[in-house]
Amino acid sequence: MGTGLGIGIGIFIIVIIGGIALLVITWFTSYNRLVKYRNWVEEAWAQIDVQLKRRYDLIPNLVETVKGYAQHEQETLTQVIEARNQMNNPDNSRNEQMAANNQVESMMGRLFALREAYPDLKANQNFQQLQEELTSTENKIAYSRQLYNSTVMEYNTKIQSIPTNIVAGLHNFIQQEMLETPAEQRENVKVDFNTGDRS
Amino acid sequence: MMYKQIERNKRHSVFIVAGFIIFVLAVGAAITYLMNGEIFTGMILAVVLGGTYTMMMLMSSTNVVMRMNHAQEVKDGSQHRRLWDAVGNMAMVARIPRPRLFIIKDSSPNAFATGTSPEKGAVAVTTGLLDRLNHEEIEGVIAHEVAHIRNYDIRLSTIAVALVSVVAIISDLGIRMLFFSRGGNNNNKHPILLIFALVLVIISPLVAMMIRMAISRNREYLADASAVELTRNPGALARALEKISGVSQPVREASGASASIYFSDPLKRKTAQLFSSHPPPKERIKRLYNM
Repeated sequence: MGTGLGIGIGIFIIVIIGGIALLVITWFTSYNRLVKYRNWVEEAWAQIDVQLKRRYDLIPNLVETVKGYAQHEQETLTQVIEARNQMNNPDNSRNEQMAANNQVESMMGRLFALREAYPDLKANQNFQQLQEELTSTENKIAYSRQLYNSTVMEYNTKIQSIPTNIVAGLHNFIQQEMLETPAEQRENVKVDFNTGDRS
Repeated sequence: MMYKQIERNKRHSVFIVAGFIIFVLAVGAAITYLMNGEIFTGMILAVVLGGTYTMMMLMSSTNVVMRMNHAQEVKDGSQHRRLWDAVGNMAMVARIPRPRLFIIKDSSPNAFATGTSPEKGAVAVTTGLLDRLNHEEIEGVIAHEVAHIRNYDIRLSTIAVALVSVVAIISDLGIRMLFFSRGGNNNNKHPILLIFALVLVIISPLVAMMIRMAISRNREYLADASAVELTRNPGALARALEKISGVSQPVREASGASASIYFSDPLKRKTAQLFSSHPPPKERIKRLYNM
């Protein structure tokens, strides 16, 4: 009888230890996965940020180039610069920063359209190059933004699903906001692709 | 719909590869069963041969494939700016390192990817593709190739190619040995099993080829679906496919051995569905429009 009881207790202890071990492992893996996804979200934002900075730096050059050819378009030029200055406000939320950028994007469209009225501008090497650079940057922004959104979606899904939601709740992993794209903005990008290059 | 198709394709691939491995084992077993009535020597032989050969194939480098197809590497973005950007953008969205980029001087529009892991990935496009497709469509094709790299399709198809070769080798070996060992100790073999084993050994190279092509076709659908996940633009890829399949001129530089890695069949063969390396473009286009 004594040995039977001993075996019983032994099994009981093994089950308890096994259960705790399983819990700890699940905890660790859930936590690590959450950290990984959160870092991915940050990295995806960094990708956007790099391109936004790049665009921010390119705009003054473009404005300078256009100025030389189109003096009468002072209003448009001022608006572009104003929109640009709104871009880099670190206090803004990510969605606000993107909204400021959408503003810049539509301004740039107007700036590029000027080349039809000024053939000399259209032929300017510097203008062409800047335009190519900015188009490429715009393209990169569109893709980094998409990467950001899909990463946020994966991260949010992890936070909401069992059992990671418990770990997420205890360690303060909060949901992230996706970047919203206004409908007409999407259309803009598409038209841009279809017409091939603007130069 | 898109995610569902990716899931389904992944499941299919696992089944097909498992089936392939069982098939290789069975052929090995059938040979030694025909010889002396036992199956384990053949199975061990098949495992050893298949394992070594597959490892060898997996270790052969990207450069070999590129040389075989006369591809030239593009080292920076100054020459083909948009193409260079497209590769970088797609790799970024797919979360893999930027693959190396190669260009093949050939007027037939096509593309392919190699590299058994994303770190060793490389993408090649023909000049014909750059001439005929617009930026959006090229981006779709690049996304398809990057998807192949991300999904480890190249590793899978390399394994399939290796296993096909192994089946061919052992069935050839088996048939030769059967001819030369017309010994009489047939007493411990079951006649029906004997016929079954014989048939298996004879038709095995054909069956292996069919399995390989099934894997290849399956991965094409998956890569199309993943490409849409990257670009969110199924229409562009569909139009690219329409344009490419509309050209009947084959890729001159394409070697037969690497035909199955191309975006669309580079040899423009008219083979039966069971033996073709790519699904019919019509079906791919239809699936793209349904996403």
